[in-house]
Amino acid sequence: MLRFARWKLASVIALVVAAILLIIPSFMSVEVVDSLAARLPSFIPVRQIVLGLDLQGGAYMLMQVDEPSVVKTQVETLRDDVRQKMREGKIALAGGIAAQPRGVLVRIADAAERDKAYDLLQSLSQPIGGPLAGGTARTLDVAKTDAGVELTLTDAAIADKVRHAISQSIEVLNRRVNAMGTKETVIARQGSNRILIEVPGLQDTTKLKQIIGQTAKLDFQLVADPGDPPNEVETLPMQKGAGTIRVQKRIMVDGADLVDAQQSFDQQTGEPDVTFRFNLRGGQKFGQVTSANVGRPFAIVLDGKVISAPVIRSPITGGTGQITGNFTVDEANSLAILLRAGALPAKLAVVEERTVGPGLGQDSIDAGKRAAYVGGLLVIVYMITTYGVFGVFADLALAVHILLIFASMALLGATLTLPGIAGIVFTIGMAVDSNVLIYERIREEAHLGRSVISALDAGFKRAFATIVDSNVTMFVAALILYLFGSGAVRGFAVSLGLGIITSIVTAVTMTRMMIALWYRQARPKKIPI
Amino acid sequence: MKLLRLAPENTNFGFMRLRRVSYPLSAALSIVSVAMFLFVGMNFGIDFAGGTQVDIRARNGEAHIAEIRAKADSLGLGPVEVQQIGGGSDVLLRINVQPGGEQGEQTAIAKVREAFSNDYEFRSVDSVGPSVSAELVQSGTLGVVVAIIAVLTYLWFRFEWQFAVGAIIGTMHDLLLTVGFFCVTQLEFNQTSIAAILTIVGYSLNETVVVLDRIREMMRKYKRMSTADIVDMSVNAVLPRTIMTATTVFLALLALFFLGGHVIRSFSAAMIWGIFVATYSSIFICSPMLIYMGVRADVFDRNREGDAGPAAGAARPPARAKAKA
Repeated sequence: MLRFARWKLASVIALVVAAILLIIPSFMSVEVVDSLAARLPSFIPVRQIVLGLDLQGGAYMLMQVDEPSVVKTQVETLRDDVRQKMREGKIALAGGIAAQPRGVLVRIADAAERDKAYDLLQSLSQPIGGPLAGGTARTLDVAKTDAGVELTLTDAAIADKVRHAISQSIEVLNRRVNAMGTKETVIARQGSNRILIEVPGLQDTTKLKQIIGQTAKLDFQLVADPGDPPNEVETLPMQKGAGTIRVQKRIMVDGADLVDAQQSFDQQTGEPDVTFRFNLRGGQKFGQVTSANVGRPFAIVLDGKVISAPVIRSPITGGTGQITGNFTVDEANSLAILLRAGALPAKLAVVEERTVGPGLGQDSIDAGKRAAYVGGLLVIVYMITTYGVFGVFADLALAVHILLIFASMALLGATLTLPGIAGIVFTIGMAVDSNVLIYERIREEAHLGRSVISALDAGFKRAFATIVDSNVTMFVAALILYLFGSGAVRGFAVSLGLGIITSIVTAVTMTRMMIALWYRQARPKKIPI
Repeated sequence: MKLLRLAPENTNFGFMRLRRVSYPLSAALSIVSVAMFLFVGMNFGIDFAGGTQVDIRARNGEAHIAEIRAKADSLGLGPVEVQQIGGGSDVLLRINVQPGGEQGEQTAIAKVREAFSNDYEFRSVDSVGPSVSAELVQSGTLGVVVAIIAVLTYLWFRFEWQFAVGAIIGTMHDLLLTVGFFCVTQLEFNQTSIAAILTIVGYSLNETVVVLDRIREMMRKYKRMSTADIVDMSVNAVLPRTIMTATTVFLALLALFFLGGHVIRSFSAAMIWGIFVATYSSIFICSPMLIYMGVRADVFDRNREGDAGPAAGAARPPARAKAKA
């Protein structure tokens, strides 16, 4: 009991010093921390404890890729591919191509032609991930029916497309959000079909949703002539106002070829507009279309809504142009951001949203602090009134325990949330349990007539197995909470789990040292509890 | 200095005789809890029920509840629950899941923002769509089940299986009574409540393990004593510690309940309840289970080598026996 290696004492002291050094940055301003981190070698962790969005304020959003819209796009592409193939194979498409929920049906009445088409269309089905991926799954199921040839997208193909859509969307969203100038935004994949977005400090998500919620697919379509065949014409709503406009279905040029877009002002009217620039290919196409259709109105369509339909006055061959549409500066700016960042490959729906204003966040921090101070004080006083000098040892260990929780959070980069603070307050009550187990055992052993030193020794020894067993059960609960919990609740699991580990170190090792040192000094004849 | 002792010293209560009272009582309370859960139900928060919850504060002065209620009802979002929280200026609005899929919630948020943002500051907006809330229910339930299985496995390795059964019955009891607590109080049941439940499970097992550890130690030592006597002796021996720890945790939670703010009040309340229930069940439910299952001190003879392990109790039994004599 009395003997412990010098190095143990030294390492405990070193641990405490390291812990203090680790949490110092959390009390400094961000600027000081940054400059300090820049000057010190990189292996020294100069980090602040990360506050969760519920404490610092900010917005959290979970967006889900709309699977039906992914499938719809795929079906449309498939239809174009089939049409192309049939043209190449010179097979008459008398019955047309019917879109189905997850594929297309090519109607061919003649059996010989059907066989020919079937052989031809087989080539559209490809191994998933390209020919080099090596998998056996293919993109399409091709089947012959009495009516014609049926092509259906496989589950694996759709899953693959959704996966792709997520990766692409994350890139696009990153570009959009960066352009907005918000700092420290987190955009990450969550599960198989979701994207998580966290923006610290943001309160009103309306604008953010406008920026990230739009697909932003830009199309240029000619306004329909009365003479156009009805199946090549569609009616689209105007973006502003209630009107509709009839345009040709065929997309002449689309936004995929844009290389730049900036908010600018119309040179004549002074109204805000958006100046865009195409790449070489897009510029040529745009030049051809505008040359061939001088005098006709050209509709600029964003996500199926017509922004405006100006008349082409002269061929536009320079690869640049303007979009006007009664914009405010803000709207023109948003549109420019969207066009620069590119279109989302699929629709994204917000499935979960949590915003905390800075007021509530600060209130939560204050409330958490108050609860921690008062709870800690109650426990400290109670321990001293119950165990006297041993209570003081337990309280010192408790202080180090809290210090270690914060230090390990800073070191691990763990996030402190309000439930996390609750977890710390709970472990304040729980941490002294190990001390209580030891002290009560010491008392018992003393009552059995043991000498002071032998009672102390037996108390520590016998309580230890119980301490381990009881803490393991608690730790398992914390671990599972971490694995299955989400958001702020995870913060609770983190502080609870860390608290259990540090409490064993402090309540067992540190208390033992303190009692041993005290015993050497005081040489008591009687256990003081 | 005269030290404070909440627990009387060297007690010799006949806890095990009380099992004839505690078992019927706990059985009745458990049945009531299940019945309450089935017929009354819990007040599920938006985490599990889906919907939107908005916390607003009047920009100047008092919040006008009646006015807010009238305005909220006119938005066409179905019944809106309006509740004053904290001081006079804070109000919580709760809107049920909207029809129209995931987009419905977004429309609701936009409408509420438009209606109130002039006069009220939006302190927090939480909105959970139907697909996410369904998943949260699933992962929450799974978490509790996995936790119980994991801890059961640990106990099975560390103790004899009868001990593990006793512990698990005690834990189930605490779980049911906590569910009953949520049904009776109608406190909002949300993700932090799952955290509370898992912590109560942890605490309950912690309590149980301390008692069972001592029972095992005593059984090794006093092989001729009846199980009931051994259990009684063990519970009495650890009673001061049980009371002491329950008190420190209770003090910490009390501070959390009164000062921690409304966001975690239901969490703190559930935890306080859980501490009481767990302390009760470790003494009156888990320990008597060993008697019912016919555990006898001689279970330790059969596999003596196996469970010597790190249990310090076996370290020097003769010294202790002599001291006792």
